[in-house]
Amino acid sequence: MNAEGGRISAVETAPSLPDGAGIAVRGVEHAYGELRTIERIDLAVEPHGVVGLVGPSGCGKSTLLELICGLRDPLAGAIEISGVGDSPGRLARCAYMPQRDLLLPWYSALDNAALALRNQGARKGRARERAAALFERFGLAGFEATAPAELSGGMRQRVAFLRTLLAGKPVLALDEPFAALDAITRAEMQGWLAAALRADPRTVVLVTHDVEEALYLSDRVAVLSARPARIVAELRAPEPRAPDRDGAVTDPDFVAVREEAMRALREGMR
Amino acid sequence: MKRWLPPTLAIVVLVGAWQVAASTGAIASALNLESFLVPSPAEISSSLWENRSLLAENAWVTLREILIGLGCALVTGLGLALLLHLSETLRRAIYPLLVSTQAIPIVVVAPILVVWFGYGILPKVLIVALVCFFPIAVGALDGLRNVDPDTVKLMRTLDASRSQIFHRVEIPTALPSTFSGAKIAAAVAPIGALFGELAGSSSGLGHLIVQDNAQLEVARLFASVVVLAAIGIALFGLTALAERRVVTWR
Repeated sequence: MNAEGGRISAVETAPSLPDGAGIAVRGVEHAYGELRTIERIDLAVEPHGVVGLVGPSGCGKSTLLELICGLRDPLAGAIEISGVGDSPGRLARCAYMPQRDLLLPWYSALDNAALALRNQGARKGRARERAAALFERFGLAGFEATAPAELSGGMRQRVAFLRTLLAGKPVLALDEPFAALDAITRAEMQGWLAAALRADPRTVVLVTHDVEEALYLSDRVAVLSARPARIVAELRAPEPRAPDRDGAVTDPDFVAVREEAMRALREGMR
Repeated sequence: MKRWLPPTLAIVVLVGAWQVAASTGAIASALNLESFLVPSPAEISSSLWENRSLLAENAWVTLREILIGLGCALVTGLGLALLLHLSETLRRAIYPLLVSTQAIPIVVVAPILVVWFGYGILPKVLIVALVCFFPIAVGALDGLRNVDPDTVKLMRTLDASRSQIFHRVEIPTALPSTFSGAKIAAAVAPIGALFGELAGSSSGLGHLIVQDNAQLEVARLFASVVVLAAIGIALFGLTALAERRVVTWR
């Protein structure tokens, strides 16, 4: 509980720095009844590392994310976060950001962002205060009392990310966080997420079907095959030389790795 | 202003046509009746005014039956919905039984309840509760089924306990359809009370209607119906108002 208290005060002083947690996935298999979804996956994420998972639609990426978060248990194999392997332990260390923002329509933007703090037992005023302190940095200042339905898609996604961040967990599990956005907003949000993670590093597992997004945001990208999923390639993302997103994704090194990832993805679909 | 114009106009046209048809004796002669058997709106409103204390006295009796019955329906309906939501086995066991309570013809049951429980308020309250708990229970149950499983997963990773998920996600999700059920209940409650009184009573609007029917006091009979309808409309309106105050996100 001591580390817990330390983490919360870290969030208060704005850039919060929870202790990094590593993830170890060993020989994990999963099936829904007869339907085999995950064949055998080994994956390691170092503390504060960002790993992207790309793969064809319906290949079991989201299932893998739910397994890591402790929302499900694997049929075989083991998953450990900071050495803890049981699902309640994993659940306590992961914050999950689903593809749909799932903001609660009966709460304001501020109360949605503060949801985890309220669940953890903070009083309403205290939770709001701490969430409000981050609204400016997230480009949401002035929208505290706004209902989710009245926010733009990009803003909703930022509120959802803020809600995930304020949970104060060492691991963020992001499930296609920008899939529902238009291309321009998505590119903006990718640049914004990269900056947010630089300011407040966490261990991140990012599921996406966008190879470029995965390579731009991650240190490492694992390419998954069609169902049942296995890892067909692991690629290291090139160090970005350009400071901005557009410069980074047009860099020749980046383009070369992206092509390699696309090849692996195509082979994995067969 | 614009919102109120169409319904007001419709009522004015309808009542006006009735007034003309009744006061000229067109309806009575078409049906081959004495004209006092077809009161005009003007006659009904003057009867409403002349009998105001008698009507108010009996309306109060009926209103009490309705309100207590609705209260019982609310408690049992919501309680049952919650119970069936928590246990899938219980839901499978009891849901058909729940539906079968609505297949019971109230007209047949009401006299039996009067025989069992006497001429007092109890059988009326039971009948109102019987017709009202069903829409409330089904509304709440359907609302609770609408809970998005992904939102529940999300809440679990945001450290929510079972009771926090219930308060912050399940109850608000269930509210709109629970209110739909409550509005139906509010609208049918007066009918339930009326059936109860018709089966056997010594006061209430239903009692008055039975007497006026026997004595051919047709204008006062219609006045009682107007009062009963007003009670139904007011209850529905109050429920709709409460819904708008509570469910602000729709």
